[in-house]
Amino acid sequence: MHELPVTQSILDVVLRHASANNVTKIHTINLAVGEMSDLEDEWIQRYFDYLSKDTVAQGARLKIERIPVVLRCEACAESFQVDIKQMEDIVCPSCGEKKFALISGREYYIRNMEAE
Amino acid sequence: MEEIKLIEIKEEILSDNKNLADELRIRLRQEKTFLLNLMSSPGSGKTSLILRTIAALRVRFRIGVLEADIDSIVDSEKVASTGIQAVQLRTGGFCHLDAPMVTRGLEAFDLTMLDLVIIENVGNLVCPAEFDTGAVRNAMILSVPEGDDKPLKYPLMFSICDVLIVNKIDYLGMSDFNMQALKERVTRLNPDITIIEVSCRTGAGIETWAKWLADEVAGFLRG
Ligand SMILES: Nc1nc2c(ncn2[C@@H]2O[C@H](COP(=O)(O)OP(=O)(O)OP(=O)(O)O)[C@@H](O)[C@H]2O)c(=O)[nH]1
Ligand SMILES: [Mg+2]
Ligand SMILES: [Zn+2]
Repeated sequence: MHELPVTQSILDVVLRHASANNVTKIHTINLAVGEMSDLEDEWIQRYFDYLSKDTVAQGARLKIERIPVVLRCEACAESFQVDIKQMEDIVCPSCGEKKFALISGREYYIRNMEAE
Repeated sequence: MEEIKLIEIKEEILSDNKNLADELRIRLRQEKTFLLNLMSSPGSGKTSLILRTIAALRVRFRIGVLEADIDSIVDSEKVASTGIQAVQLRTGGFCHLDAPMVTRGLEAFDLTMLDLVIIENVGNLVCPAEFDTGAVRNAMILSVPEGDDKPLKYPLMFSICDVLIVNKIDYLGMSDFNMQALKERVTRLNPDITIIEVSCRTGAGIETWAKWLADEVAGFLRG
């Protein structure tokens, strides 16, 4: 899977912000990842530990918040959350339609970091 | 010890790739070259569909093919045997193509001489879905033997594609594949997707597919 390039990308972004803010040590990085993505949290942390050696991000913990999948009904505009494992029988809870637009669930976002 | 402070970042993780993909799209628009990103599981029929597409559209458009099959040149040789320029990308075991890899791959072509470049992405329904290649359109193939439940397992792939080609429909009679159920599942994830049924073996549906693609390319070339 592609945890490695994604992790490299996270590291690049946080190091750029670290040097802009004169950071000497990063403790925590808060990420938001949509449930549509099947990144493995554990692998991201392992790759991160490996890639961040000898940088100010060494030892930082990645906290990944999962953003639920939210659909909006094309017919009545009702928005509702769905379980990604049960995409099979989705109908709009308010009108019964079966056509939707994806509102959230594809995020890949670095929110912030806790650093000194 | 210094105080711990919260530093706002608010950036997309794959923003570098996204930016490069957008840059590539702008360049392709200037060069007037339509880039199609073709994705599927291994063996669904990417190379077969590319060969069919070349046969159907080569009189109308100048075509090139970017091959990303993992460490094999079998597919690019098949394409090259048609006389169409095929470039083999060395993906080094990578599970997907990203915009920088595609940009580098395209350097081997003279884009001013091409109307349409088709990327045969790495055979995988997970990773290629996450990486914008800079293509103008995303296409995926699902073949009948893979089953009609794939949208449930790989929702992201189905949701990012402009067109779904259901290949190997010559197998329909021999399987419990439910086309109606498939279409419902796919449309739920992606109401705007076009679904085209084909068989690269018998040629059924190829005309419909070729027309869809030709209309897209012609529209793009007109600007
Ligand atoms: N019966 C049948 N077989 C097909 C059809 N399309 C392709 N095949 C066969 O399926 C096999 C795989 O086809 P390819 O075109 O090589 O598939 P691919 O997606 O390029 O495969 P990789 O590049 O290895 O991932 C070949 O043996 C094809 O002859 C079809 O419509 N019907
Ligand atoms: Mg192939
Ligand atoms: Zn509704």
